[in-house]
Amino acid sequence: MTDFAYWLKDVITDGIKLFYFLIGGVMIVFSIFAVEAKKIVDALIALSAVSLLSVLIFVMLKAPDVAITEAAVGSGLASAVMLFALWKTKVGEKK
Amino acid sequence: MRRIWAILITAVFLYFLIHDVLSIIPDFGNFDVFTRAVFDVIHKSTKDNYEPVEFKKSANREDGSANVVTSIVVNYRSFDTLGEVTVLFTAAFGVGILSTSLRRKSPLEFEEHFVLKISTGIILPLILLFGAYIFIHGHLTPGGGFPGGTVIALGMLLLMLSDKQFKITNVAKHTEQIAGSGYVIVGLLGMALSGVFLMNFLPTGVVGNLFSAGVVPIVYVLIGFKVGAELSSIISEMKEG
Repeated sequence: MTDFAYWLKDVITDGIKLFYFLIGGVMIVFSIFAVEAKKIVDALIALSAVSLLSVLIFVMLKAPDVAITEAAVGSGLASAVMLFALWKTKVGEKK
Repeated sequence: MRRIWAILITAVFLYFLIHDVLSIIPDFGNFDVFTRAVFDVIHKSTKDNYEPVEFKKSANREDGSANVVTSIVVNYRSFDTLGEVTVLFTAAFGVGILSTSLRRKSPLEFEEHFVLKISTGIILPLILLFGAYIFIHGHLTPGGGFPGGTVIALGMLLLMLSDKQFKITNVAKHTEQIAGSGYVIVGLLGMALSGVFLMNFLPTGVVGNLFSAGVVPIVYVLIGFKVGAELSSIISEMKEG
């Protein structure tokens, strides 16, 4: 291996580490947004975005089992159930 | 004031996480997990010679599944999984009781959308096939009964959103009962044939084949049907009740 190949490997590993910090930072931003949002629907969307980003981190940490479950439950089913509950409470308020 | 308390508690928690926990954990990638977790703990060859696992070659091992997570979840810790399924059943039961005991029912109304209806007809078989693939190949590839069942329930949710007339009937409840009792029956068969509850009593074939790992595929197919039926009925009760 030449020096250039070593340099390229270093750059790639540093890039992967940077990607971790990027995804983690975006997750923190979304969760703060979910706490501080005025509308509950916005908070729900931010929560499901946090789930989707954590799926990326799980895949990068080589845990595909957890990633599949998180993608199906966290960002799909839980969001749907919470959205239905939110709509039901809105229906109850009107009448 | 509330916000200051929240920041203080988060700071204390982060301090303990960084100072006490993260200093013990080694860097990701520098730790030889494979040797420790797979060969020395699960491969308990105390008497025989050391013998590595080869895909599609090694046969008649203690656990025949290629996916190590599945072999722990359904083979070695199967009683835990039975408890987990019971927890899910209790949650579905509670949602059902709450939604049937409501006096005033207010089902959610959707406008049917033409594009959604047509594209659901195309993509729904693929979603169901993918869910079935996840739980049938649970002992070979990542996944298993719980994610597969959830994918099937998501397909049912798509059908519910696209079609006004679609309703989950009692078939879901009967499927759930049959699958849940089937898991207990498999456990009792293990007790009758091998002496221990939920024992793996079938021969574990060649690692990597579809028909291998004894009772693991059977149990995962049952769990997939049970979880799919339960979660679909939870969604339908949230929508209808």
